Amino acid sequence: MEDDAPVIYGLEFQIHIVDFDDENNIISKNVLLHQVGEIWHISTSPADKGVLATCYNKPSDSKVLTCAAVWRMPKELEPGGHESPDDSTSPAHTLELLCHLDNTAHGSMACVAWEPAGDGKKVISLADSHILLWDLQESSSQAVLASSASLEGKGQLKFTSGRWSPHHTGTQVATANDTTIRGWDTRSMSQIYCIENAHGQLVRDLDFNPNKQYYLASCGDDCKVKFWDTRNVAEPVKTLEQHSHWVWNVRYNHSHDQLVLTGSSDSRVILSNMVSISSEPFGHLVDDDDLSDQEERRPEGKSQEPPQDSVIATYEEHEDSVYAVDWSSADPWLFASLSYDGRLVINRVPRALKYHILL
Amino acid sequence: MDSETDMVRQIRALDSDMQTLVYENYNKFISATDTIRKMKNDFRKMEDEMDRLATNMAVITDFSARISATLQDRHERITKLAGVHALLRKLQFLFELPSRLTKCVELGAYGQAVRYQGRARAVLQQYQHLPSFRAIQDDCQVITARLAQQLRQRFREGGSGAPEQAECVELLLALGEPAEELCDEFLAHARGRLEAELQSLEAELGPSPPAPDVLEFTDLGGSGFVGGLCQVASAYQELFAAQGPAGAEKLAAFARELGGRYFALVERRLAQEQGSGDNSLLVRALDRFHRRLRAPGALLAAAGLAEAATEIVERVARERLGHHLQGLRAAFLGCLTDVRQALAAPRLAGKEGPGLAELLANVASSILSHIKASLAAVHLFTAKEVSFSNKPYFRGEFCSQGVREGLIVGFIRSMCQTAQSFCDSPGEKGGATPPALLLLLSRLCLDYETATISYILTLTDEQFLVQDQSPVTPVSTLCAEARETARRLLTHYVKVQGLVISQMLRKSVETRDWLSTLEPRNVRAVMKRVVEDTTAIDVQVGLLYEEGVRKAQSSDSSKRTFSVYSSSRQQGRYAPSYTPSAPMDTNLLSNIQKLFSERIDVFSPVEFNKVSVLTGIIKISLKTLLECVRLRTFGRFGLQQVQVDCHFLQLYLWRFVADEELVHLLLDEVVASAALRCPDPVPMEPSVVEVICERG
Repeated sequence: MEDDAPVIYGLEFQIHIVDFDDENNIISKNVLLHQVGEIWHISTSPADKGVLATCYNKPSDSKVLTCAAVWRMPKELEPGGHESPDDSTSPAHTLELLCHLDNTAHGSMACVAWEPAGDGKKVISLADSHILLWDLQESSSQAVLASSASLEGKGQLKFTSGRWSPHHTGTQVATANDTTIRGWDTRSMSQIYCIENAHGQLVRDLDFNPNKQYYLASCGDDCKVKFWDTRNVAEPVKTLEQHSHWVWNVRYNHSHDQLVLTGSSDSRVILSNMVSISSEPFGHLVDDDDLSDQEERRPEGKSQEPPQDSVIATYEEHEDSVYAVDWSSADPWLFASLSYDGRLVINRVPRALKYHILL
Repeated sequence: MDSETDMVRQIRALDSDMQTLVYENYNKFISATDTIRKMKNDFRKMEDEMDRLATNMAVITDFSARISATLQDRHERITKLAGVHALLRKLQFLFELPSRLTKCVELGAYGQAVRYQGRARAVLQQYQHLPSFRAIQDDCQVITARLAQQLRQRFREGGSGAPEQAECVELLLALGEPAEELCDEFLAHARGRLEAELQSLEAELGPSPPAPDVLEFTDLGGSGFVGGLCQVASAYQELFAAQGPAGAEKLAAFARELGGRYFALVERRLAQEQGSGDNSLLVRALDRFHRRLRAPGALLAAAGLAEAATEIVERVARERLGHHLQGLRAAFLGCLTDVRQALAAPRLAGKEGPGLAELLANVASSILSHIKASLAAVHLFTAKEVSFSNKPYFRGEFCSQGVREGLIVGFIRSMCQTAQSFCDSPGEKGGATPPALLLLLSRLCLDYETATISYILTLTDEQFLVQDQSPVTPVSTLCAEARETARRLLTHYVKVQGLVISQMLRKSVETRDWLSTLEPRNVRAVMKRVVEDTTAIDVQVGLLYEEGVRKAQSSDSSKRTFSVYSSSRQQGRYAPSYTPSAPMDTNLLSNIQKLFSERIDVFSPVEFNKVSVLTGIIKISLKTLLECVRLRTFGRFGLQQVQVDCHFLQLYLWRFVADEELVHLLLDEVVASAALRCPDPVPMEPSVVEVICERG
């Protein structure tokens, strides 16, 4: 059980590795120092659990430039390493720099995305109006710019967010700039689709449905969460309007894609049940069970309910804007949210719903 | 003794009386005897005379008997001669009949000929065994056949009018022609004529725009076709009454078919009329059309023409309702366009802002007058003098479902929908709809909710005495819909206006280089602009909405709050040096503070008053400022600039909102966030901030 939480205040910039022991309900943390600057974005390698990439502000006299780099954690802190962090006052560990993603020619890095299910060698980074594909060579110690593309248009175009699609053997990337969502093919670095005016205001975040290859969720400053079918981008498939301020984050559950988590600067986290557009058709599993398990009898009435999208729960533990939410990669029923005031909240999907989905 | 003497004396007296009486009447007896004797003599004379008379009479009788005996013979002969004469004359007629008939036929006096023929037929029939009569009969038959042929010829030529044809048919019938064939032929001829009428009507329709108006058209159809049909029907019924139900059926089928075609034409014509706005003409035309068809309707109940006509009228009425609904919608959209233009125009001219209240009044009155006009136009359909107004449809369904539900309720609903569509227009950037229009529509809907809807519906119910029992939409439902629309519009207005201001703030934060900014000397122009815009919005909203309630405030609010703001908060936050433990303190502080303050719902629904609207807009703007500040890194002077800006906003914005504490909270939050984003947080002296702000 692990969670990476960037903490961006103070003079020291730290990465906290928070361990949550499910059985004993104990939370413990390890602190990694990130000395080069405040962290704006963080992402971990899918292949090597000790490797992560950060986007950080490089302090300089008169300008702020956001750079990106790939780091390795000290071995003993790698998640899964059973070293008990008993003494909380132990000196903070330091990250080992693997390489910089050189962006001097391209501008500030907005985010870094690893190729999902890849071998941890391909990274996409978004720098101002450029989308850069890097090849990490020699065990990530060297980053070579493989290809790039850039947005063209009037005004200063700036990417705000990007996601790498888990489908299509990792050849698709979606990016957001201002109110537009674009899809890219990483082989040719050309645009596949473009959703103009996806949101009324700035698009803050994107996420791909892990099970349905054309489905994409987005959220933005218009307080809305929208679900798109990238084959038909004229209209969103579904729109949610539950938050009362900007929605900063939207995340699909990795295994049950009807569960969608959103975090907003109205300091709420909302867990929604999007049954109608999920990959799990309602009642389908029940039919299978009826055929296979004769001895296990469940009330029939349950399966007859029509699928209905609903808000499962609204979490109001945060006192300030929530800037990050994510699902646990180990336990599909666990998620964490982080707010401006530094509060990290770990929550579980309500038990009733969990059983409803599982059974 | 005495009495005896008395008696004797009385007897004597009586004797003397008797003696005197006899003496006195003796003369009378004598004269009577004389008279009787004279009478005896007279009677003897008379008897003689009578005897003489009797003998004379006997002689006379004798003579008379002799004379009559002699005359008897002659009288018989004369009677016989008279009979022979009559017979001869009849025979002569018969013998002359062929020539007469021929002559009649030649002269064209068919009626006469048919009469002759009728008279002779029975006799000829009777005596046909006699050769001479048979010859006559044969002749007659030949002539009659010719006559019939000629009649048919004339009948077929058809040029003559319906009455003449009817005459022909009548004659032919009298000639004993087969009735069925005749009635078929008759109908065929009538069809020809009526079809000609229909064709002329169709020609009126034409591909080119119709020259005669609809009234003329229905008149033409009424007098031409329907009149013709009436004539045909009545003639047919007279002529072929003997045909019984089969004949009636034939006529009904005939009328149905032609009537159907006529209706098709009329409908086509009426369809062309749909576009026009003049209802009175249409209603009059329909009235005539319907009235006209009631006559043959009575004649031809089986053909169902009257029902069909009523149906057409109903259909047209329905279509008119639809048309009026469209018209109302168009009028509403037109009003909106006008408002848009009015809103856009003065800005170009650089004049004073548009009088929103005036525009609202204009829109409201113009829509109301349109509604009234539509109601009046539709009302024509139910006028007493119109022949179809007492049909059940027009008394019931037309009023309740058609006018009330379809037209009025439908319009109000569509108005709400149109208004709501401005809220979820795809161009969410807010550029599509001018915010003032949203505000105006919101107020319009609210006015509808409070008064106009119930007024319009009452008006409708009064004008169209709704007798139908079918369920109608209650006023309260409509009002709720209107209110919901008003609320959504106002909320959208807040969002749009909030967005405008927040975009301004966002750009100002994002584009500035906060690290290398100079020491603040002035409030940034953007903030002044924000205050100006907010004031403008305040004025705009104030034109249409009431003030609303705000929390109690002291007279010198700005001063008081400033002291609170600067002393307690600033010291609490900025004073500690930023050692690694310091952030925890500030966080703890702000968290504790938040525990006691209510959570701020940024995009929350608004109430229908100015303060609530302004509060919403300011909340959105300040929250945006806060979020933007958190994304930037500030130098020392950058932080100080934020401090100055926030204080400036503080000075001017509190007066607009319901709860000024809200503004303080958000602005404090902004400054605190900026301080956290600053590697070198040295706040400016509150007094200096104050001086800068007051300077401008």
